[in-house]
Amino acid sequence: MFSAAALAILVTMLLVLIRAYKGPTVYDRILAVNSFGTLTMLLISVYGFLTDRPEFLDITMVYALINFIGTIAVSKFVRFGDLAPPVPENDPGDI
Amino acid sequence: MEMLIDIASWVLLLGGSVFILIGAIGLIRLPDMFSRMHGAGIIDTMGALMLFAGMMLQAGLTMVSVKIFLIILFLMFTSPTTTHALARAALDAGQEPIRDDDPTDEIELALMRELEEERKRLSKT
Amino acid sequence: MIHALSLGGALGILWLLLSGIFEAWLLALGFGSIIVIVIIANRMDVIDHEGHPIHISWRALLFWPWLAWEIVKANIDVAKVILHPKLPITPKVLHIKASQVTELGHVFYANSITLTPGTVTLKLINGAMDIHALTPSSIEGLLTGEMDRRVHDVEGMADGTVEVKKNV
Repeated sequence: MFSAAALAILVTMLLVLIRAYKGPTVYDRILAVNSFGTLTMLLISVYGFLTDRPEFLDITMVYALINFIGTIAVSKFVRFGDLAPPVPENDPGDI
Repeated sequence: MEMLIDIASWVLLLGGSVFILIGAIGLIRLPDMFSRMHGAGIIDTMGALMLFAGMMLQAGLTMVSVKIFLIILFLMFTSPTTTHALARAALDAGQEPIRDDDPTDEIELALMRELEEERKRLSKT
Repeated sequence: MIHALSLGGALGILWLLLSGIFEAWLLALGFGSIIVIVIIANRMDVIDHEGHPIHISWRALLFWPWLAWEIVKANIDVAKVILHPKLPITPKVLHIKASQVTELGHVFYANSITLTPGTVTLKLINGAMDIHALTPSSIEGLLTGEMDRRVHDVEGMADGTVEVKKNV
């Protein structure tokens, strides 16, 4: 049963990749890659169950963190062209 | 009893598989970036939720279930945040959502008025 | 102070759950990490009622099952629309004013809206939201304001006490 789920996830990944390839704007691609990350999390977990090694869930957790930070960072980079916050030049900042 | 749990987890795994496929189809079929977000939303909420729930049922009451629960919790907090960040970035860049400003305008206005009255009532008490 | 303690407690529970090993050396390492994290978070000024909202936790726990059911219903609705051969979507951008008082409440509401497929929060400025809605039923579900009311109940008042409503 897990292999059926893994197969479905793989097919879905293929469909999502098609959107990432076609996507007219860069935002479509980011959206597709974000979904791809979620699907990767699912695939890692399902693979862990498939091979009876639930330690894979730790990797899933780390992947969830990376996926979140990565999507936010890429969105911000595309929006500002820079990862530093857009502060005025003479603003000393918080600390 | 074990049989029942097995069947339930199979149903959840299959349902989750169907939902992620539907989400991906939505991601391909829907016309613009803002509506595609709803397709991605299906993958992030229902698909992931059902698949992880099915795995939880297979694992039983162990540490594995707790970890899956943590993953679900994390996913439910982060996925709206990423969607929002992406939407803001797209709006800032001048992307305009396709709108269909026809059929439900009157319903919308009536409901808006109702909502406003409700809010006034709430703020008085 | 209470928020720092609750953050430390939550981190401790997380450490114990994820490691599952109860040796003195590892527990000491975990304790050290928790102390360092709490100090750093305190320096970053993120330990407050927003960063660690314990005052709404119990009511939020009661809210989540309802939200989960809403998510299931909305998912089935959007899935039907996507699989329909004619793709009968009615994308709209709605402007809505949230009734919550605090920013935490606004964010809570906006995230709940985004979590239910069919509605995505595009913009949130001082409680005024732009919401992209995909299907007619998602628009109606949004405009009845039930979620707004429930989040308002979860939020309570700004100082953490629960608002008592008279004529419900």
